[in-house]
Amino acid sequence: MSNLKSIFVLFCLVAGLVSPALAQSDTESLRSLVDALAKGKYAETEQQIGALVATGDPAVAPALQALGAGDLYFRKSDGQVFIAEKDGKRFTLTDPLTLEVEGDAGKREIKKIKVNNKLRRVIRSALGSLTLMAADPNVRVAAAEAIFKAQDPAGIDALETALAAETDDNVRLVMEQARAAAVLNSDLEEAQKLAAVETLSEMGNREALSLLIGVRSNSEGAVRDAANHAVEKIEKSIAAWNTAQNVWYGVSLGSVLLLAAIGLAITFGVMGVINMAHGEMVMIGAYTTFVVQEIIRTSAPGLFDYSLFIALPLAFLTAGLIGIAIERGVIRWLYGRPLETLLATWGISLILQQAVRSVFGPTNREVGNPDWMSGAFELGQMTITFNRMWIVVFALLVFAGLMLVLKKTPFGLYTRAVTQNRRMAASMGIRTPWIDALTFGLGSGIAGIAGVALSQIDNVSPNLGQGYIIDSFMVVVFGGVGNLWGTLVGAMTLGVVNKFLEPYAGAVLGKIFVLVFIILFIQKRPRGLFALKGRAVEA
Amino acid sequence: MMTSFLFRAMDARAGVFLAIMAAVVILVPVGNLLVPHGSPFHVPTYAVTLMGKYLTYALLALAVDLVWGYCGILSLGHAAFFALGGYAMGMYLMRQIGTRGVYGDPTLPDFMVFLNWQELPWYWYGFDMFWFAALMVLLVPGLIAFVFGWFAFRSRVTGVYLSIITQALTYALLLAFFRNDMGFGGNNGLTDFKDILGFDIQADTTRAGLFAASGLALVLSYMICRSITRSKLGKVLVAVRDAESRIRFLGYRVEHYKLFVWTLSAMMAGVAGALYVPQVGIINPGEFAPANSIEVVIWVAVGGRGTLVGAVLGAVLVNFAKTWFTAALPEIWLFALGGLFVFVTLFLPKGILGTLNDGWSTLRQRRNSSDQEDGTGGPRPQAKQSEDAPASTPPPVPAMSRAGASHPQPAE
Repeated sequence: MSNLKSIFVLFCLVAGLVSPALAQSDTESLRSLVDALAKGKYAETEQQIGALVATGDPAVAPALQALGAGDLYFRKSDGQVFIAEKDGKRFTLTDPLTLEVEGDAGKREIKKIKVNNKLRRVIRSALGSLTLMAADPNVRVAAAEAIFKAQDPAGIDALETALAAETDDNVRLVMEQARAAAVLNSDLEEAQKLAAVETLSEMGNREALSLLIGVRSNSEGAVRDAANHAVEKIEKSIAAWNTAQNVWYGVSLGSVLLLAAIGLAITFGVMGVINMAHGEMVMIGAYTTFVVQEIIRTSAPGLFDYSLFIALPLAFLTAGLIGIAIERGVIRWLYGRPLETLLATWGISLILQQAVRSVFGPTNREVGNPDWMSGAFELGQMTITFNRMWIVVFALLVFAGLMLVLKKTPFGLYTRAVTQNRRMAASMGIRTPWIDALTFGLGSGIAGIAGVALSQIDNVSPNLGQGYIIDSFMVVVFGGVGNLWGTLVGAMTLGVVNKFLEPYAGAVLGKIFVLVFIILFIQKRPRGLFALKGRAVEA
Repeated sequence: MMTSFLFRAMDARAGVFLAIMAAVVILVPVGNLLVPHGSPFHVPTYAVTLMGKYLTYALLALAVDLVWGYCGILSLGHAAFFALGGYAMGMYLMRQIGTRGVYGDPTLPDFMVFLNWQELPWYWYGFDMFWFAALMVLLVPGLIAFVFGWFAFRSRVTGVYLSIITQALTYALLLAFFRNDMGFGGNNGLTDFKDILGFDIQADTTRAGLFAASGLALVLSYMICRSITRSKLGKVLVAVRDAESRIRFLGYRVEHYKLFVWTLSAMMAGVAGALYVPQVGIINPGEFAPANSIEVVIWVAVGGRGTLVGAVLGAVLVNFAKTWFTAALPEIWLFALGGLFVFVTLFLPKGILGTLNDGWSTLRQRRNSSDQEDGTGGPRPQAKQSEDAPASTPPPVPAMSRAGASHPQPAE
């Protein structure tokens, strides 16, 4: 029944789109045909239905629908046909073609057009073929899918007619699948059914699977064997796709972790500074996006699709400058006392959180997705949302960019020198305090642009950063300090492992397992996956 | 000469501390129970409970100070042991509710009835007896700390890495206790307690009793900590803090020492949690939040790490400020707390007591050296070295020999 309802809604939509166009010319001839439904006995009604379908006009669909549902009435005074809906004691009359309300009538003034089961069947297949021939390919696909779900053998004829006329390959495919589903539910001969099983097994998704499982239990002989074979094949392919989907989710989570942790990897790795305020830099980046979007909304709405590109450099600068200020103001007095930097930066993070809370309020702020970030696409049996995909791409770009900066620029060279041996670097004339400040600024700036990306998938609230800080530390510690590749591998591993544990253990327990795993892992390799070797280790 | 002087000073300080504690433990309950309501000396019940809460926090801070101040293990997960102790006590209190719960089930706590549990999970057995719960208050945190420490110290996870995995530990426990099917009340935790050891938990006398118990536990733990830190064991601990590798090369089994204080400290934190729960009337997974553990560390840092009394002082001061700020200026509190973190680490790296102590001993030395014009002429103690040494103890190690050791490795 719910299928019929959804078809009805679809018809109404189509009819609503189409009817204004044919309001003048065709409506009159259609109306006479519809009105003819009220005349005569069942046999005549059936003929009239045939005549209506022959027009091929989707506008008649609501009338047929109502007829099938027993909602079609005619007015005794002039014989005009309406869709009537009971409203208290009286009936609301709706024109079946224009779908406009035409007033109301008492119970005595109108009479229901009677239908029997045979007519209902005729109506149903008529409706199917009506939409299977519609001009809009989406409507045709929807109609075929409806038949697929209902597995209605009555639809076979209509489908075959439609297939003969169909030119669009995609629609043909869906129609053939629908036909196969209908054939399996019919009493056609075995060869047809075997072909149908073959078609469904080509389809290879969950719907086909559940359908085939039904076939397997309801049939015998060759069909049963074929269905069994097809079920196994589909199950195998679905398992493979599931794995792929999990890997994708894992990579997606991993890229979020990577974004959050990569800035930390720099500050922690280069300077040995535990920056507990790192999460707040992410938060500041997210709020920068919010501010940019607010300004765009009020002054230049046309730029909204570019808001993220505008926010990126701004977030980098804002967070970077705050980072440099923190380094110059607090952290530089605390070098060599890593545990105390931890406390001081924790204090800073509290101050930043409260400051944001005072300025922007404690509630979540709305950051919009630009058009190119919303939506999803299908890849085989997986659904990939665009925002996740762009974040993966973005994380990898940031990683590559950072690698480039560290490997190919003088600044990167100095930074690496300071990381490996601070005193030696200083002796060679590198101004280590400047490098420290700039590195801290770079790390914070990266956190800021991570915030821009994360604002697209997370709530922008003053607590945004808190949620990431522990995860980021896990990634950095797991991957090994002072090694960006370690951070990449660490983030992706943790992301994928987490997503693979989730189906078995649940989200929370999965996360606990990951934490316990990290605790144990640290025992084995106290310096992480890719540990720095040499003198730097003990410093 | 110096040594004995310092010891005397320490003794005096311990004496002062114990005297103050004794006065508090006696006067507050007396002021609450015996002094009539109208009197200016009457202590209202809410104040008793509040101060009792501070005392349990002080005990927790003391536990952190023992491992951080004396052994250089910065734990960012001590609130986990606190909460575990609290849960053990909470389970006992839940069992005491009996049929007075909303659903009136004689054995199952309300939340289990609500979740359609048919019988008590095995780990709830025995918690209807106080002695068993009290044992668990010590054993559960102790055992977890022991296992955790056994692995961590044996594989020589130190410094920042250790801090981060302690944080992972408390975070994992936080997530675990949030789950309903863990059987600890999930998000809501354990609450709605009725009585403890047969006494009504809301009654003034019970409150005063709990306050006194917290005070006594604090005094007892303080004396244990002091006797440890003043013994030879304590000296080894401080040495581990300042130069772990060197101590290992000298033939000490560093991990055993660490494991001992770590486990002991976790048990103390557990006791603190157990005393905390009946006074505040609720325990929920929020207590495991990593932020709480970090806050405890700042209490110790404010008071002065490695001073024991300082930890107590810091916990009471900061929490008093918190109570006052969150009531009077709630907007400001996080600014103040954050500012405190920064200020203390930048300007008072030794905390209040450490700084006072430094000033005191510098003064003392000046007088000493002017007394002994023709003295040994050895290197001036306490001058440069103290900068490297983290938040130095009021050193039980004689200042002379400290100066002799050329470059102590930074403890962290």
